[in-house]
Amino acid sequence: MHDYTIADLEKWDRRIRNAAEDAGLNPYPQEFEICDYHDMIGYEAYAGMPSHYPHWSFGKSFERKETLYQLGIVGLPYEMVINSNPALAYLLRDNTLLLQVLTIAHVYAHNDFFRNNANFEYTRPEYTIERFKAHADRIRSYTEDPSIGADKVEGILDAAHALQFQCRRAKRVRKRTPEDQKAAALKAARPADDPFGSIHKKREYDPPDLTRIPLEPEEDILLFIRDYNPYLETWEKDLLTIVLERADYFLPQIETKIMNEGWASYWHYRILDALDLDQALRLEFFKRHNQVIRPLRGGINPYHLGYKLFENIHRRWETPSREEQDEYGRPGGQGREKIFQVRESDRDESFLRQYLTEELMRELDLFQHEKKGSDRVITHVPTPDDWETIKETLLRNVGLAGMPVITIVEVKTQGTQEMILRHEYDGRELEAEYADRTLRYVQKLWGKKVVLETRLAGECCRMSYGGTGDKVEVSRS
Amino acid sequence: MAVFRDFKKEGIDRSAGDRRRHRQLVRKAIRENIGHVISEESIIGQSGDKKLKVPVKGIKEYRFIFGENAPGVGQGDGDSKPGQVVQRDRQGAKGLPGEPGGDPGEDVYETEITMEELIDLLFEDLNLPDMERKRFHILESERLIKTKGYRIKGTRPRLSKKRSLVQKIKRKQGLERSRDGEEGDSEPVPFHEQDLRYHHKVVTPKVFSNAVVFCIMDTSGSMDTTKKYLARSFYFLLYRFLKTRYQNVEIVFISHHTEAKEVTEDEFFHKGESGGTMISSGYRKALQVIEERYNPALWNIYAFHCSDGDNFSNDNADAVRCARDLADVSQLFGYGEIKPVHSLSWSSMLEIYKEIKNENFVTVTIRSKDELWPAFQKFLKHDKSERRAQAANA
Repeated sequence: MHDYTIADLEKWDRRIRNAAEDAGLNPYPQEFEICDYHDMIGYEAYAGMPSHYPHWSFGKSFERKETLYQLGIVGLPYEMVINSNPALAYLLRDNTLLLQVLTIAHVYAHNDFFRNNANFEYTRPEYTIERFKAHADRIRSYTEDPSIGADKVEGILDAAHALQFQCRRAKRVRKRTPEDQKAAALKAARPADDPFGSIHKKREYDPPDLTRIPLEPEEDILLFIRDYNPYLETWEKDLLTIVLERADYFLPQIETKIMNEGWASYWHYRILDALDLDQALRLEFFKRHNQVIRPLRGGINPYHLGYKLFENIHRRWETPSREEQDEYGRPGGQGREKIFQVRESDRDESFLRQYLTEELMRELDLFQHEKKGSDRVITHVPTPDDWETIKETLLRNVGLAGMPVITIVEVKTQGTQEMILRHEYDGRELEAEYADRTLRYVQKLWGKKVVLETRLAGECCRMSYGGTGDKVEVSRS
Repeated sequence: MAVFRDFKKEGIDRSAGDRRRHRQLVRKAIRENIGHVISEESIIGQSGDKKLKVPVKGIKEYRFIFGENAPGVGQGDGDSKPGQVVQRDRQGAKGLPGEPGGDPGEDVYETEITMEELIDLLFEDLNLPDMERKRFHILESERLIKTKGYRIKGTRPRLSKKRSLVQKIKRKQGLERSRDGEEGDSEPVPFHEQDLRYHHKVVTPKVFSNAVVFCIMDTSGSMDTTKKYLARSFYFLLYRFLKTRYQNVEIVFISHHTEAKEVTEDEFFHKGESGGTMISSGYRKALQVIEERYNPALWNIYAFHCSDGDNFSNDNADAVRCARDLADVSQLFGYGEIKPVHSLSWSSMLEIYKEIKNENFVTVTIRSKDELWPAFQKFLKHDKSERRAQAANA
C-alpha cells in the first residue's frame, strides 16, 4: 500500500538527524505523527495543536481547505510542524517515501529555527501543548457553565479574534510600564538643560497631564481593554487572556514566515543532497524540491524568496566578489557562519532590509503593483531608480507590517468614557467595511463609545460606534 | 532519535462541532442575503429540486486590514514592465495568493442549494404563522379514490385476480412440500375461498385551492432594465410564496403602456415598449381576464402592479376606479412603485392611490434590491384571507 514502513522512516530519520547535526543544526527532540488527509486538514485548521479550544472559525478553515483540496486548487501540505519541545510534526500517510524523507529534513530545519531564532525566545515551547490544552479546558468550562453558555463565549471570542494581532510590533523591546511612562513624561516636560540658564529668561515649566490614560499611545488593544475595562467579568477577561496568549505564541511565526520557510527549504535541499539517494529517489527529490520553491507569479512564495536569500547570503560571504571584498572587507569563507547568525538574530523585516539586494531583486523580478481603476497594474520594476521603493513596499507587507497600526490614544475618564483610537496612517487606507465591523468589536469589548480616527478617500475621517446612537457615523473633518 | 506514531483516529472528527456552527452561521448569512439571491432567477419553470449555485458571502472574520489603495509586491517571470496588468477586476478573479494585508473579497463560497431549501429559508424568515387551511379559499372539488393494499374480504368487482392466483400457487407449493417431494399424480388444486384477495380502496377528498397571480407591469419607455429587474424579483417572490400555500398557482402576465395585453413571461420581461402610460388599461385587462377565466368564487386572486409612477394625468381617476374594482375581487392587490435611487423621475402614483381605502390594497416603494424583502413583507400583511382568519380567531 505504501512504499515505506515505519522502520524505513526511522532509519532515514537517523540519517537525516545526523546529517542535520553535522551541518550545525541544533533542533529540539522530534516527534512525528503519521496521519491521513482528513486529520491533516484538521490539524491545519487548529494550527497543528493536538488540543485547541473550539470556535467556528476553525470549522470554516477546515471546510475551506477541504473544498480547495477536493477541487484540486491546492495540494495538501507535505508536513506541518509546531513550535514545541519536543517538536511535534505531522506526516501525511499517503505520501511517497521520498516525500516523507524530504519532509523530515524540512521539519528538522524548522525545528532548529524555532529553537534558535531569537523571536521565539519567549514562546516557552516546553509548555505549548499543555497551554493550548488548558485554554481548551477553560473555554469548554465556560461554554458548559449555565450562567455563561456557548453564545456569549462565541461573542467574546469573535471580538477578541478580530483584535488579536493589534499589538506591539517590537516584542523584544521591553514594554514601558505606566511608571516608566510617567517618568518619561515628566522628564520630557522639564525644560532642557540650558548652559546659559543664568542669562536666559527662565523657561516655564509646563507640567504634563499625568492623569491621561494611556499616557502614551497604546498598541496592545486587547491587553488594554482587559486591564482597563472594570465591567468585564472574570471569565471574559480570561477569554481575552487566552486569545492574547495564543496570539503571542503565533506572532514569531508570522514575523519570520519567509526566513523560516527559506531556512527549511535551504536545509532540506542540502541534507538530501548529502544523503546519497539512489537515482529514482534523487529525480523525485529534484522534482519535489522545485515544486516547493517555485516562484509564484504575481505574488510572493515565501519558500522561494527565503531560499534565494539564504543562498545569496551564503554566496556573498563564502565567495565574495572582488568589489564586495574591497567594499565590505569580507575575507570570504564565512558563508555558513553568516547564515547561522542570520537565522538566530533576524526576523523577516530585518532579514529583507539587510540582505535583499538590488541585484537579487532584479534576478527575482520583484515588481510593485497598485490598484488602477478596477485592475491591479505594475507600477515599478527594479530599475536602479525604483528598486528601493519596491523594497520599502515589500518590507511594509511582511509579518505584522502588513497589518494596520491602530493605537488607543485616549480614554476619557469622565463622562462618556469613550475610547479614542487612531489609525497610524502611512499612506495605506483601511478597508472601510472591515474597519467599521472591527470597530464594533472594540465597542463590544470596551462597552462604551469608541471612536476611530483614520483617513478614507484622502480625507480625515472619524468613525464612531456606540454611545448615543447605535450606528456608525462617518464624519469628515 | 525521533518518535514515530502511526495510529488511526477512527471515528474522531474533532472539527465537527466547529463546522456545524460555521454552517449554521452560513445558513443565517444566506437568509440575510436572500434578497440578492432571489433576484437572479427566472420566475417560473424552476422545478423544486433544481440545484442552484448560490454565491454566499462567507462568514467574514473582520479585523483591521488595509484597503485596496495599499500597494503590493509580486514576482514576475523576468520581463515585467510598468503598466502591465497583474490582476483584472476583482470580481471572479482569484486573489493573489500571498498578497499581504488580506483580501477582503476572498471569502465567497458557492453553495449548492435546492430551490425548495431556498424558498424554505426565505419564508422561514417571514415569521408567518403556519397558515391553516381555513384561511384560504378551499373547495373540496373531487374525491380521489386510490388503491391501497389488499384485503381478505371485499366485493366481487374488486377481486384481484393476480393476487388470488399467487395465493393459490403458494398454497399448492405448500401442499407439495408437505408431501415431501414424493412423485405422484399431482391432483389439480382448485381456488379456495381463502385464496381470494380484494383490492382495498381509500377515498381521499382532494382539497382544491387555486390561486392566480396577476403580474401587471408598466412596459412603457420609462421602465428601464433596472426597474424591470426589481419588478421581476418581486413577482418571483410572490409566485414562489403562493406556490408554497396553494396547490395550484397560475400566473398571468399583463404588460401595458397605453393599452394592455396578456403576454408570455419572456415577452413580459424582455420586450420593451415605448410611449406613454395609461395604468387603467392594465387593470381593465386584468379584470377582463378574471371575468373570462378566473371566477373569484373559485380562485384566490393576487394582483401586483409594478410601475415607475408615470401616468397620463387624465387617466388617474380612471386608474383609481379600476384599482378599486380589482381590489374588490382579489385577495390582495398591490402597487409597487419602482424608483431606483438614481432615478430622475419625480412623478408618483402613491399620493393618488391614497384615496383607495380597501384594506387589501397596498402600496410599496422599492428603491433597491435591499428593499425588496421588506416591501414584500409589508405587502403580505394585507392579505384578505389572513385578516379574515385573524378576525375569526379573535
